Amino acid sequence: MAPALVIGTAFAYLLALFALAAWADRRAAAGRSLIGRPWVYTLSLGVYCSAWTYFGSVGRAAAGGLGFLPIYLGPTLAMVLAWTLVRRIVRVARRYRITSIADFIGSRYGASRTLAGAVTLLALVGVVPYVALQLKAIASAYAVVAGARAAAPAWWADGMFWVALVLAGFTIAFGARGLDASERHEGLVAAIAAESVVKLLAFVAVGAFVVWGMFDGPADLFARPGAAPALQAPADGGAWFALVALSMFSVLLLPRQFQVMVVENVDEGHLRRAGWGFPAYLLAINVFVLPLAAAGLALGLPDPETYVLALPLAGGAKTLALLAFVGGLSAATGMVVVEATAVATMVCNDLVLPLLLGRGGALGGLVLAIRRAAIVVLLLLGYAYFRIAGEAYALASIGLISFAAVAQFAPALLGALYWKGGTRAGALAGLGTGALLWAYTLMLPSIARSGWLPAGFVEPGPFGLAWLRPEHLFGLQGLDNLSHALFWSLGLNAAVFVAVSLARPPSAREAARALQFVDVLEPAAGERVFWRGRARAADLQALVARFVGAERAAALFAGRPQGFADGRLVQFAETQLAGAVGAASARALVASVVEEQALAPADIARIVEEANTLRQANAKLESLDRLKDDFISSVTHELRTPLTSIRAVAELLRDEPEMAAPERARFVAIVVDESERLSRLVNQVLDLAKIESGQAEWRDGDVDLREAARQAARSAGALLRERGAVLEVRADEALPPLRADADRLQQVLLNLLGNAAKFVPEGRGRVRLSLWREGGELRAAVDDNGPGVPAAERELVFEKFRQGGATRAQGTGLGLPISRRIVEHLGGRIWIEDSTLGGARFVVGLPLPRPQETPR
Amino acid sequence: MSKTVLIADDEPNIVVSLEFLMKREGWSVRVARDGVAALELIRSERPDLVLLDVMMPGKNGFEVCQAVRADDSLAGTRILLLSAKGRDTDIAQGLGLGADGYLTKPFSTRELAARVRELMGPTP
Repeated sequence: MAPALVIGTAFAYLLALFALAAWADRRAAAGRSLIGRPWVYTLSLGVYCSAWTYFGSVGRAAAGGLGFLPIYLGPTLAMVLAWTLVRRIVRVARRYRITSIADFIGSRYGASRTLAGAVTLLALVGVVPYVALQLKAIASAYAVVAGARAAAPAWWADGMFWVALVLAGFTIAFGARGLDASERHEGLVAAIAAESVVKLLAFVAVGAFVVWGMFDGPADLFARPGAAPALQAPADGGAWFALVALSMFSVLLLPRQFQVMVVENVDEGHLRRAGWGFPAYLLAINVFVLPLAAAGLALGLPDPETYVLALPLAGGAKTLALLAFVGGLSAATGMVVVEATAVATMVCNDLVLPLLLGRGGALGGLVLAIRRAAIVVLLLLGYAYFRIAGEAYALASIGLISFAAVAQFAPALLGALYWKGGTRAGALAGLGTGALLWAYTLMLPSIARSGWLPAGFVEPGPFGLAWLRPEHLFGLQGLDNLSHALFWSLGLNAAVFVAVSLARPPSAREAARALQFVDVLEPAAGERVFWRGRARAADLQALVARFVGAERAAALFAGRPQGFADGRLVQFAETQLAGAVGAASARALVASVVEEQALAPADIARIVEEANTLRQANAKLESLDRLKDDFISSVTHELRTPLTSIRAVAELLRDEPEMAAPERARFVAIVVDESERLSRLVNQVLDLAKIESGQAEWRDGDVDLREAARQAARSAGALLRERGAVLEVRADEALPPLRADADRLQQVLLNLLGNAAKFVPEGRGRVRLSLWREGGELRAAVDDNGPGVPAAERELVFEKFRQGGATRAQGTGLGLPISRRIVEHLGGRIWIEDSTLGGARFVVGLPLPRPQETPR
Repeated sequence: MSKTVLIADDEPNIVVSLEFLMKREGWSVRVARDGVAALELIRSERPDLVLLDVMMPGKNGFEVCQAVRADDSLAGTRILLLSAKGRDTDIAQGLGLGADGYLTKPFSTRELAARVRELMGPTP
């Protein structure tokens, strides 16, 4: 194919990407954000599939059959198993405006600059060669599609140099647009999601063409001689396991993955979609890996890493080959752009800024300039590495070496979220140990294999010492080099992290951060303020203004306390700064303008305690408020109902002076009845309010329960007779006296008798009032032969306005609630049982005074 | 033939007054004491208008209203909600469910009679 056509297509594609990102940014500015959609988020996670996997999977499959799968199984497992872990990370990152993985780890361990810087350095060492690998992938893809690979031209004539610069431009335009690095990059994410679609479509199109266009379906393809190696099981189970674990970590820990998954997340709910959407994406992009490997092997093509391009060319489909090239380009550029955005933020905030914070004046512009410069430098470094390393082994194996580097963040990251005992010293020591072992067992051997170190370094070992052999450290045998490296680096990393953390208890600041991270899902966590000292709001605002500008700072501080600042405002200011310059620098900046009191670990515990107490008190107040609202709304309803009848019949009487006498009498009776109901209701509401507020008068004296029962029976007599019901009283002789308010006790018994009278069948009613002594209690029970109270409603009927039964009984719905409160005030209890009469049995149990309290 | 009003309310005295009022206005009257009975009568008797109480046992007025509006064969049934719940949100909920009107209890009998006439449309 003509080189001009390929180059033209590539640049047209990059231009289209610019246009798309710019359009998405404009849409977002107009309030119609694209990245508010869960599938855009899900697709953006596809940046995981870089050129290394786009071209390399087929290569691995051709060489080792299913050996390519772990790179995809790992992320799938991670999304399914570590879903809650991701949610915690996202929650923490949003609450504290975390800008990168380095910021996350540094922030957790006491806002440590050293730690954040160390994470950044390791990421940088791991990522620069990885970027180089992407450039190399583009270059070799170009060579295959354009047909020839000329001798490497001078750098200024090398297309790759210009590609690197274009990508730097894109990253600056969309990845380092605004100052707040914790804010979402709309255009960037939209472009990345689009790239995910492009590479998936391209790969699937090539796969479909090869399987059904060049061969006669998968059965035909795999039956070809020569295709067999693509179907073999992986040679080494141990390596397989190491690869799965490694890719599990990397899907979270690679700077670009952390960027798209955490920093660019706008809605935790999107994780749900991504939880199955991202694994589905990975599955789709892998379906044709094996067939492509088999096809390339069957046709005897050279260099399996280029099968994706060489196969359509061999099949005569030039346009499809060009599409495959664009797919690879999208895989490479997506990775480079996001990685550059993430790493530039880390380099700027955690390596460069700490050196410049002493300077006064506005720093916002400077921060942006540093970040942009870091992007250009990173891409140029990548390009330089690509030019120098070229075809060396070091470059080809860098994908996994990179993964292993970022896997060193895992102990500190997991500890950050699940272990409050982790300390800065522990994380630093663990990370340092892991990084050294990673370099010694993985990085240096790959450099030695490229011929940049004496070959003897690997075998027989440095200085000829066998126990120092980097791939058989301390004589460890039987592991492939990757598993071996992971065993030593991750194992000792974790062990040192735990051991050093345990050696010394966390400082107050470490303990405070630990609580903020580990308890992030607890509702009370957001209300804890770990700061004591003196600060002025104006100083804080001026500090924030130095980074975000006076106008935006004024907007942020509007409506917040003036004069002396409280801890909450200090934390707010620090969080705002953290979004721009990272947690560690933000901490140092805030400390420079306020007078702080050092907190002791005991203070941290007390602050947590206070926040919890405050929260509980607030929750209780809210629920009381809601109860009060419900009560008022119920009372209103109950008042309006009788009023409705009264008003309606009164208006009817007014409008119809000639109404027939019986009708008139009936209407007047309604007015009387409903007025009585209204008075009853008003009295009972007041009564209940008095009892509940503790303002009711209780005239306690010695009460003879038999006498109280006799009085109540007499009062209820008229009502019972009216309903044609028979009352039977059974009382034990000689019941001891109670200490109680006689009127209140009668009120309870009368309420129970009245209820029984209302519910017994007309004319055939039977009601029984019994009194006896049982244990330390005097008991009174009212039985009836009414419909009874279903077991499910036996507690409900004691709630206000919750009358039992399917139809409304006459009554206010307050009688039983009042009775229960009276009985409880007397130290007793009231409940419902089945009655031997067939209906309900209301039992009241009242405690007898203990001997030493016998009435004087 | 005069048009029919269904009165659905669980308060006997309110039913008495509404029944008297509606008959005086010249409408035929049916009565239901709870939501379930109301829905059955709406399906069997096809009243032209329902005076529907909101707080009823069985099915509440909102549920009855929703069920009627979900049934295309009952499309012509006018519904006037009567309720002691008078907050704006209650009114909005009732009208949102497709009621033709909402009167707060206690209501003026004259206003109610006028609203019913209005909803029934010109007498044939």
